[in-house]
This record gives sequence, structure tokens and C-alpha cells, in this order.
Amino acid sequence: MTASRLATGGSAIDRSRPIRFSFDGATVHGFAGDTIASALLAGDIAVVGRSFKYHRPRGIWGAGVEEPNALVDVGGPRATPNTRATTEPARDGLVAKSVNATPNALADRNAFLDRFSRFIPAAFYYKTFMWPDWHMFEPRIRAMAGLGKVDTDWTSPGTSDQINHHCDVLVVGAGPAGLAAARLAAGTGLSVMLVDDQPKPGGSLGHRAGGIDGKPAAVWVEETVAELTAGGHLILPSTTAFGIYDHNLVGLNQRHPDGRPDTLWRVRPRQIVLATGAIERPLPFANNDLPGILSADAALAYLRRHAVLVGRRIVVATNNDSAYEVAGALAEAGAEVTLVDIRREGMPATPAKVRLIKGRALAAANGKLRVEGVTLDDGTRLDADCVLVSGGWTPTIHLFGQARGKLAWSEARAAFLPGDPVDGIAVVGAAAGAVSLSEVFANSAKAVASFGQTKAAMPRSTGPEATGGITAAWPMPGSKGRIWIDYQNDVTVKDVELAARENFVSVEHLKRYTTLGMATDQGKTSNLPGLALMAGITGRTVPEVGTTTYRPPFTPVPLASFSGARAGELMAPVRRLPLESVHRDSGALFQEYGGWLRPAHYGGRDAGADGAIQYEALRARQSVALFDGSTLGKIEVIGPQVAEFVDFIYYNTMSTLKPGRCRYGFMLSENGVVFDDGVLVRLDEHRFIVSCSSSHVAAVHARLEEWRQDRFGRDAVHIHNATAEMATLTVSGPNARKLLQTLDFGLSLDDADLPHMAIGHGTYAGDEVRIARVSFTGDRSYEISIRADRAEPLWAHLRQAGQAFDATVIGLEALMILRAEKGFIVIGKDTDGTTLPHDLGLEGPRAKRQTEFVGRRSLFTEEASRGDRLQLVGLTVPQGEAPLPTGAHGIRRSDGKLHSQGFVTSSYQSPTLGRPVALGLIERGAARHGEAIEIQHLGKVRTATIAAPCAFDPAGERLHA
Amino acid sequence: MQLFPCPFCGPRDETEFHYGGDAGNARPDGTQVPIDRWANYLYLRSNPKGTAREIWVHMTCGEFFVMDRDTVTHNVLSSATLGGEHVA
Ligand SMILES: [Zn+2]
Repeated sequence: MTASRLATGGSAIDRSRPIRFSFDGATVHGFAGDTIASALLAGDIAVVGRSFKYHRPRGIWGAGVEEPNALVDVGGPRATPNTRATTEPARDGLVAKSVNATPNALADRNAFLDRFSRFIPAAFYYKTFMWPDWHMFEPRIRAMAGLGKVDTDWTSPGTSDQINHHCDVLVVGAGPAGLAAARLAAGTGLSVMLVDDQPKPGGSLGHRAGGIDGKPAAVWVEETVAELTAGGHLILPSTTAFGIYDHNLVGLNQRHPDGRPDTLWRVRPRQIVLATGAIERPLPFANNDLPGILSADAALAYLRRHAVLVGRRIVVATNNDSAYEVAGALAEAGAEVTLVDIRREGMPATPAKVRLIKGRALAAANGKLRVEGVTLDDGTRLDADCVLVSGGWTPTIHLFGQARGKLAWSEARAAFLPGDPVDGIAVVGAAAGAVSLSEVFANSAKAVASFGQTKAAMPRSTGPEATGGITAAWPMPGSKGRIWIDYQNDVTVKDVELAARENFVSVEHLKRYTTLGMATDQGKTSNLPGLALMAGITGRTVPEVGTTTYRPPFTPVPLASFSGARAGELMAPVRRLPLESVHRDSGALFQEYGGWLRPAHYGGRDAGADGAIQYEALRARQSVALFDGSTLGKIEVIGPQVAEFVDFIYYNTMSTLKPGRCRYGFMLSENGVVFDDGVLVRLDEHRFIVSCSSSHVAAVHARLEEWRQDRFGRDAVHIHNATAEMATLTVSGPNARKLLQTLDFGLSLDDADLPHMAIGHGTYAGDEVRIARVSFTGDRSYEISIRADRAEPLWAHLRQAGQAFDATVIGLEALMILRAEKGFIVIGKDTDGTTLPHDLGLEGPRAKRQTEFVGRRSLFTEEASRGDRLQLVGLTVPQGEAPLPTGAHGIRRSDGKLHSQGFVTSSYQSPTLGRPVALGLIERGAARHGEAIEIQHLGKVRTATIAAPCAFDPAGERLHA
Repeated sequence: MQLFPCPFCGPRDETEFHYGGDAGNARPDGTQVPIDRWANYLYLRSNPKGTAREIWVHMTCGEFFVMDRDTVTHNVLSSATLGGEHVA
């Protein structure tokens, strides 16, 4: 092949803007408007990559998305591996590298593999490396496999935008069919969106001859685009519709010429018009994968769009009419053209300066690194520096197939066409099998007619009309030589024959066994020839063999488009405290707890984290601690039937609670398992506040809503989640009341007025505050709830007043020690998905309650009544020993074996007690206090003593001290 | 991505919804409910091929509702509020 750039012409390129980029280290020259492929062709670079399996030299095949061969890794800020050189714009300074080739495409050191090709048939790797173990061979095979290389140092230069959009009509494809459909649809008054994967609208009109409404096609395209734009319709070039999903949601990936990351569009149109065109197929002959063998239509596109003449002595091989225009145009441009048609009659007129050989097919291409000539099926040899082939056209009906559209085989077109229509989707133009522009326009008009009366006139074809004559030329079983079907995955006629011999005759088996159509091009040029060959081998028709399932994406879409802004911190955003910055100023170290970012402890950079936590837990017991409990759930339930409602929701009877009082209780799931625990506050007769675990707020809220709507009715109860509205600041410790008494809340803090498990209402700096005497530490505690945006002055005031009492701010880690000392459980930590309320020592409601509640029936099953259930206990170890490992198992020995009898759920060093404390779930634990138990962890066995869960102040005197 | 018609909000993306179970799976009350009846209520699902009547919740408005849809074609046949109240 001696390709070259012509001195004039090229509708896509701007000769005033020359560019330079590098390919495999060599400098390539081009113009703005070139693709990487057109610039490589202009530079006569024939070998642009190596094939997947045999490392065969490969050249550019096509001029669009179907490209199986010319994949390159593009570097730089928009680095993308395995990019199609035929669609990637050439940009100044771009660095491109061929794939699957070391050191480069021309001199690939794995090219020796091709000489062993007959020993590497389909499924060779699976069959050969099974013994003794595939995993022995896998790493080296994997290192050889794959195409492009991912640049692991690459970081995104920005975030992909994601846009949700809706319109009346979405037209996919801006060729003649799509433009006509868009214009006619716009004429009905509907809103239209027109997308096309090329940088410029026009489709085949960009390089095929044609006249419309008496004008050159290019002029008609410009006028139509201008008209649509002026009408406020959205036209997106460089945008691929890659998938149709449920209920006709269409996914679009838009590329930007300025280098911004791609944009993902989710479009919900009322009507979809698919004007996606057709893709030219190769022809089967030996060595049909040699560089210098191109799609005939692609050669015409390179000539007319990029002014690239792909060769000097060109053989055009065809079985259909579409190659005649190509042959004529190339001869006109100065090439010596021989047209070889398998047909003997019924062909179009032979173009001027073209030599026609009819009734002959190519038997083989000759040449090593690039094509040097061809041998015809009668043995005639022709010299050629370029071979163009047209094996017919495969309508691009991927999106129709994704929408579960059934296909119908057309013998006349030798292709699958859209079958029965799918609701809301019309297929027009070449995708529907139309050939001439007249046919295309009539087709579009018919599709749009159902949208309404249009004011736009149907375009008329006024130029030469294409014809669609074709005689099918499928790969034949028993053919001589190596005939490629799937270029990218190196699948040949012999591989398909092998699959048939081994009975992989179903099209889905054929695909997986040979990898036909499984490469990055998804078989756009190879699927139909492959299944036609299988039909020939097995004596079936093509429709009997059928097609594989069409799945998105149509072309590869960057993962960054799908992730959009949902990366890094936004992947799973944490919830933040209103006072986060205040805590940071106090030296807090933050950790995520159940979706909330909370202070784990304060300081500790010197003493270490453990030291800081121990210090906080000790000081909290000695005087007074301040704790930010704002994450605590605060869900208000209000309404005439609210008492009945909370009785049903809770395991404990709650309707007997007096206004102004609080009660601790469990919520169960319907399977009886403890789902959440917390304190219920009764504000008045018809108003409660459910305070639930911080990480459970959304789930508890959803459950309350479910029961409210399903069982009680919307008028009976109203639910409001006020968690984020209020901050809750906790003051806990022997000096808690004394500290609070230095502030004026306008209410009495005397125990007679505000006893344990009561609430009071006051004000602070003009804002209402709610003070609840509930305790998660076992010490006298006050939880003060205030508007979240007014919490900061109160917190500062508490800290300042606390100085007189040597108050300490504590984080969540110290709080976990304080509650474990008291035997207070954390649901999900000290319980699991089998823990029933009576396992935790709360037997009363199960035994006594007469009214219905969630999970009730599940508490009376055989399983719930088993004598050997795991029960909550404390576990003590002798002073001086380290805390038990959380998760360690209590064990029993019998028959020389170890059996688990439960496990440690929480375990800490208690600074107040000067020894470890632990909680666990142990078989029959409640009846075994005082008993010794062996605890095993990672093979080490220690002895602990089963005890009551509460290790500190079991009488609860400190609540009132 | 499917489009579900919330009876309160209109058609919205399926990502805004959670599945709530088979419609008509009435809860039997009391401790005397036969255990297999209770187990059916808790665990047995009909999983029909074709038309299914299901409870869904629209997470963004918090409302539970009944939806009839086809589990094969994903066509939504209808949706209605739980109590059949009038919704604007
Ligand atoms: Zn809604």
C-alpha cells in the first residue's frame, strides 16, 4: 500500500491547521479534522497493531465505530486504552501507542506465535493448561493476553457530568434518514433531540454521492441542521447512544472536542427513531486480515472526508452494488482500479477508468506485513498495494435488539432487519434496509407520520440513487487457507468448524467457545459472517442459527461517565455533626460510625489513641463529661392513635408511659429479632419522640411509616423525622447537675422536678431546649436538645462552665467503655441476626403482654423457646490480664473436639475498675453466672468467668448520686 | 432503568423506590396463629412469572403503594395508594 494525501479536497480537514502527534514513537503529521486513523493512512503507516492471539500484523479496516483492528492506547490527560483510531480525533501533541505489540506494531516480538497457529485453535488454552492446574499457567498467559495497557498512574482531570433529559422525539443518527426524521418530527411541533457519533452531522452524505431538493447533499445537511437549531431542538454531535434500557431510557455518551471528560446523558424520550445506518462486512478469502485490506466504504470516506488516497494499484472486491461508486471515485482520484465482482450479471454500470472482472472472487491476499497482491479463485494473480472489500451491509440494529426487538431475516438484503415493531421505537433508513435516498426519505416520513401532522415537506432525492443488489458471499466450510472472521479475537473459519465438530452449534455456545464477537468491537463486522458460516456447516438457514443477545454498550463507554461525581468522598457521603468544626478545633480525631463522622476521641497525639480514650473514660466517672450525641435518632410520632401505635411498634408496653416521662425499649423485626433499642419520650397524650440508634434512623423511620400506612392509616398517626433539626449535647457524671445549674434554662433541675427518665422543657438564649434525664453511661446524665444551628454557643457555654468542675469532652470510644462497664448493649454489636429480646434478659413483655406487637408470634416458636439459646452475659478475667479479644469463642470440649458455645461481643480495659470488662453471647449464659469458661482466639485458650452483664454500680445508685 | 408511577408524585426513576413485598400478604395477629401460617407470612413469596401485584415504597415521598406490573416484560399495568384514598 502506498497511501498518500491528495493536494486538494477533504471536507472534514482544515489544511490551515496542521497538527503533529506521535504513534509508537514516530511523528505523524495531519490536519485538524483528521482522526488518528486518517492521519496514519495519509502517512502510509500500514501496520497499526497486532492481533489478540496470534500477534498478526493488522492495519486499519474501517472509518468508524466498527473498527476491529486499529486500537491504540492514547496517553495524556484523556488517557484511554484500546481507543479506536478511526473515531479518535487526532490532536496536536497526542501520544498514541499500538496495542498488543512489544516494542511496537511493526516489530512485535510475539509475532512468532503466528507460526504455531495451527497448534493454537479455539479453546486451546482451556484444554491444554487444565492439568495439573490452570492457576499454574494463568499468570503467564494473562501477561500475554489482553490488548491495551491501563495507565495506573492516571488520575482524572475532572468529573464527568451526568444529565437527565427528556424530549418528545430522540433521533439516533444524523445521516439522511435521521436528519429527515428529525426535520419532519420538528414540523409536527414536537421537541426533538438528534444525536450522532460523528463530529459532524450528515452520516453517509459526508462521502456518498447524492443530491437533495435540488442541492448538493452537504448543503441540504447544513440547512437542515440550521433549521433544527433555530427551532430550539438539541443536536449533539460526537455523542453515542450506547444503550436502550427498561421503559425506553436511552444512555448517551458525549465526547467533547475541548478535552473535558465525557458527559453521560440519561434521556427519556416519548418516541425513539433509530437511524443508525449500516456497517460494511468483509469478504472471506485467505489472509483477509493483511494490512492494506480495507472496507471499501471506509476508503471512500477517507478519500472524500480526509483527501487520503489509500493506494495506487487497488483491487476492489465485492458482491454488491455499493462498491461501484467507490471504485469509480478512486479511479477518478488517480488510482489504477480493478473491480472484482462475484456476480456475472445484474450489476450497475462499470465506472469510467475501472477494469471489471466479473464472476470471480478473491481466493487469497498475498504479502507479509502488508498486502502485495491477490489471487483470484481461477488462480489469476493481480498485483495490488491495497485491497478494498465490500461483503454487503449489516444494518446497525443493536439498540433495537437491546429493546428486545425481534429481527427478521431478509434474503434480498442478506441481512437481519428489524422485525415486529417495539412500542415507542421506529427504525428508519439503512438500519431498516433502505438503500436509495428516495426509499430512505419515504421510510422516515412513514415513521414520523404517526407522531402527528407535519408542516415540513418530505425531502426529495434529486441526485444519483444507490441500488442494493447483492449476492450473498458467506465464509464456506472447507475453504483453503486461513480466513479471518473476527479480526480482533483472531477467530478463523477453522475455529468455527472446530466448534461445530465439538457440537458447540448454538450461536451462544459458538460465541463463548471461539470468542467470536466478544472483543471490544463486539463483532460489528464479524457476527453475521460467523453465524452464516455455522449455518452452512450445520445445514441450517441463517435465521435458524439466529443471533446472540444484544446488550449495552454499543461501543465502550468510560467508567468515569457512569460514576460521574459519585467518586471519592461522594461515593458514600458521610453525615456530619453540626459542631464538627468546633470538635476539630478541640483536637478531635474523627471516625465514621454507622454513616456518621463523629469524634472518636479528643487529643491523644501524645498519649496515643488508647491513652486518650482511657483518660476520657476515667475522667467521665470522676467528675463530669461532655458528649455530642446529636446523631441520636429523634423521630416524632403524633396523632390520635399514637399510643396504640407505639404499643404495636415496641416490644415493651409504652402506652402506660406518663407525659413528660421516658422509657427504654426494644423494637423487634417480625421474625422476633431485636432490631433497635432506645428511649421513647412521651411529650403529651398524643405525641412521642422515638429516639433510636444513630445508624438506624432511616431504617426505623421507614418501618414506622410502613406500619403507619399499612395498619393504622394516615389520619391515625403522623411521623416526622427531626433527627437533623436538633443537636443533642450530653452532660454526664457525678457533677452533671452542678455544672448545669450554673446555666439558666428556666427550669428546675431538682430531682423532685426532673427525676431520672423524665424530661423538662426550658430555654437557652431564647431558644427552646428539651432536657432528658436518660443515661447511656450509668451516671447521672442530661441530654439537652436544641436547634442544630444554635448548638454552638450552648456547647461553648457548657465547656466554659465545665472548667470549674474539671469537665472532659469525650468521644465515642470512651462512651463505648462506659456503657460496656454498665452492660448496656449496642444492637448489631452485642446482638446478631438471631438475638431475641429474652436472650438479653428482657423476658417480661413476652410473658405478660396481651396486646399485639411486631414480632410477637416469632417469640413463641420452638426455636425461640430452646433451652440452649445464646444469652447476654458479662465475662471477667483476673486483674492484670489483657482484655479478651472481641469475637473470641467460648468453647466446650467433648469427644476430643472443640465446640463453640458463644462469643465475646464487646471487650475493653476499664480504667475505673482497673480490669478488663467484656460482654458476650453465651449458651445458657443467664443461668451460669460464676461459672468458668474457656475462651479461644486464634488457637490460644484463656479462662474467663461468666458474670452479670453489669460490671459497675449494679445497684444503679450513681444515676441519682 | 424503569419508570414507576408513584400515585402521589407521578412517574419517577426506579432508583427512588424500594420493593415492599407481595401485595395481599395479610398479617395474622396473635400468639395462636398456626406456625406454618406465620412462616408463610414471614417467608413464602409467590414470585410469579407475568402479572404481579406488589407493594412498593417511593423513598423520596415516603409513601407505600400497590403496583401491578409484569415481571417478564416489565410493563407497569397500574398503581394505587394503599388505602385507595383520593389523591390529587
Ligand atoms: Zn412519591
